[in-house]
Amino acid sequence: MRASTSQLAAGALTLALLVSLPLWIGNTYYINIASQILIWAILALGLNLLVGYAGLTSLGHAGLFAIGGYVAAMLLAAGYGHLLAVLVALLVTLLASVLFALLALRATGIGFLMITLAMGQILWGIAYRWASLTNGDNGIPVASRPAPFGLSLAPAPAFYYATLVVFLLALASMAVFVRSPFGASLAGTRDQARRMTALGYNVWLIRFLTILFSGFWSGVAGLLFIYYNQFISPQVVALTTSAEALLMVISGGSGTLLGPIVGAGIVVIMKNVVSAYIERWNLVLGVIFILIISFMPEGLVPGSVRIWRLARQALRGKRVADAQGAEQPEASR
Amino acid sequence: MNLWLTLAVNSIALGGLLFLLSSGFSLIFGLMRIPNLMHGSFFMLGAYLGVTLLARGYNFWVAALASTAALALIGGLIERLLLRRLGGDPLPQVLLTLGGAFIVADLCLMLWTGDPWQPGTPDHLRGVVEVAGLYFPLFRLVIVAVGLIVAIGLWLLVDWTRLGAKIRAGVDDAPIARVVGIKVSQLFTLVFALGAALAGFGGVMGAPYLSVYPGLDFEMLPLALIVVILGGTGSLLGALVGSFLIGFLYNFGQAMFPDLAYVILFLPMLVILVLRPQGLFGKVVS
Repeated sequence: MRASTSQLAAGALTLALLVSLPLWIGNTYYINIASQILIWAILALGLNLLVGYAGLTSLGHAGLFAIGGYVAAMLLAAGYGHLLAVLVALLVTLLASVLFALLALRATGIGFLMITLAMGQILWGIAYRWASLTNGDNGIPVASRPAPFGLSLAPAPAFYYATLVVFLLALASMAVFVRSPFGASLAGTRDQARRMTALGYNVWLIRFLTILFSGFWSGVAGLLFIYYNQFISPQVVALTTSAEALLMVISGGSGTLLGPIVGAGIVVIMKNVVSAYIERWNLVLGVIFILIISFMPEGLVPGSVRIWRLARQALRGKRVADAQGAEQPEASR
Repeated sequence: MNLWLTLAVNSIALGGLLFLLSSGFSLIFGLMRIPNLMHGSFFMLGAYLGVTLLARGYNFWVAALASTAALALIGGLIERLLLRRLGGDPLPQVLLTLGGAFIVADLCLMLWTGDPWQPGTPDHLRGVVEVAGLYFPLFRLVIVAVGLIVAIGLWLLVDWTRLGAKIRAGVDDAPIARVVGIKVSQLFTLVFALGAALAGFGGVMGAPYLSVYPGLDFEMLPLALIVVILGGTGSLLGALVGSFLIGFLYNFGQAMFPDLAYVILFLPMLVILVLRPQGLFGKVVS
């Protein structure tokens, strides 16, 4: 699929806005919200690979999101350097993804979802209950943000730019991924697993590798998240986190690259706005879930596109009908 | 009394409780294939309702029956008004029940605050029973007895009654069951309501034992999941065996490796998934 000129222009404009964001948005608070949105967007994009492109819904991604963060936080607390902590964290995330994939791929559909849910809860159980390892409910503070190439990420704008760079890398790698022949075969395993097997594709392996890829980016998002908050606690591993990520994917529109990003934006902004007024974020989250499922099950981005098309067709249809009405007498003659 | 024996009695009691929870889950998830993530919420809601009635001075069994009935009604309404419209597609069902679970959790937090509630064991169920020179707390034995009665009742219902045969027919082949005149849609509402009611009943029975607190819902949900994955989806016998297995594992794990107790719970599930994905008593679905 080639991008049209208008799409390219829109992309360039968005990029320009994102790059110049700290200049025009004014306030550190808003820069931080933008960083949050980008971090969650990376997680949502990673989850979207499974939900949207592989047709495998995971409710355990908070585990993959948090495990790297925990490893990094523990290594940093033990006095190791940032580079080592990040590398080990990513390695552990990949290993966890391998285990995750081996077990969850024993089933597909609801079974897959239930197994990922159970594994997410195991990791939550470790984070919460294994207090001698993870410091339990008190969590682990992260003393400082890293300074790659001598640039300190401590100020909000600097951290925002670092997050933006990682986000763009994630987006680019996923765009390449889903448009590659591998991405096409992945979509094939989602739509017609049996036929793909008959055609000689290794459906299991395709799914396995996708889970690794998705897990990797979830881990990257988790690392950014702990550096953003400079703190990690079992709250991050809770089912709520997995559910929020899933809400981002579904609300924006799963199986599109833009959808999860829009979804992340909507959920993060709503969470911040709602939390400012009422305590009941979970209630609002639940209501949104049910409303979206009932009225726009395909997500906001595809849903809006559908309604826009319908509206346009309705307008055009009217014109065409008028034109036909005008031609009719001629034809009947 | 001997520590190990105490642990064993507690394990059996927890097993009975888990069976009440997971038999309902087995009906809804195993039989009807609805991934009901609200099941823990039903358990917690039942427990809160029961505790409230107990605090008002009602008899324990009255409180238990009232909250069971309330949960049956709530479950039936959710199935009829919300789940029904989704047409059997699992992903929307998951999201809807997940949303519902969040709503229930927050409403409970609002109504019953964040403090744990622990009703005392009802008077006539207090005390101990002496068997062969050993003393057992009566209430724990009652939980087990109730669990076993429910197990036998469900088995009779599903395997030996006309209603059970209709349910099985509806699950196996809904269109054909409709053709021969079975009202599948009403039956499914009934089964869902029954599942929710069992969870609510389990909640009340568990309240004096586990106490009720925010977060109990998402703590019980994975337990129901493990039990059903262990025992095999749709198998009541599997749910029964799985419940007692997990009951033992939880209590002994807690005693021996307190830090890891929660993690140990999931180990048999992982082993089963690797060696026998359909579960101990599950049938292979073609």
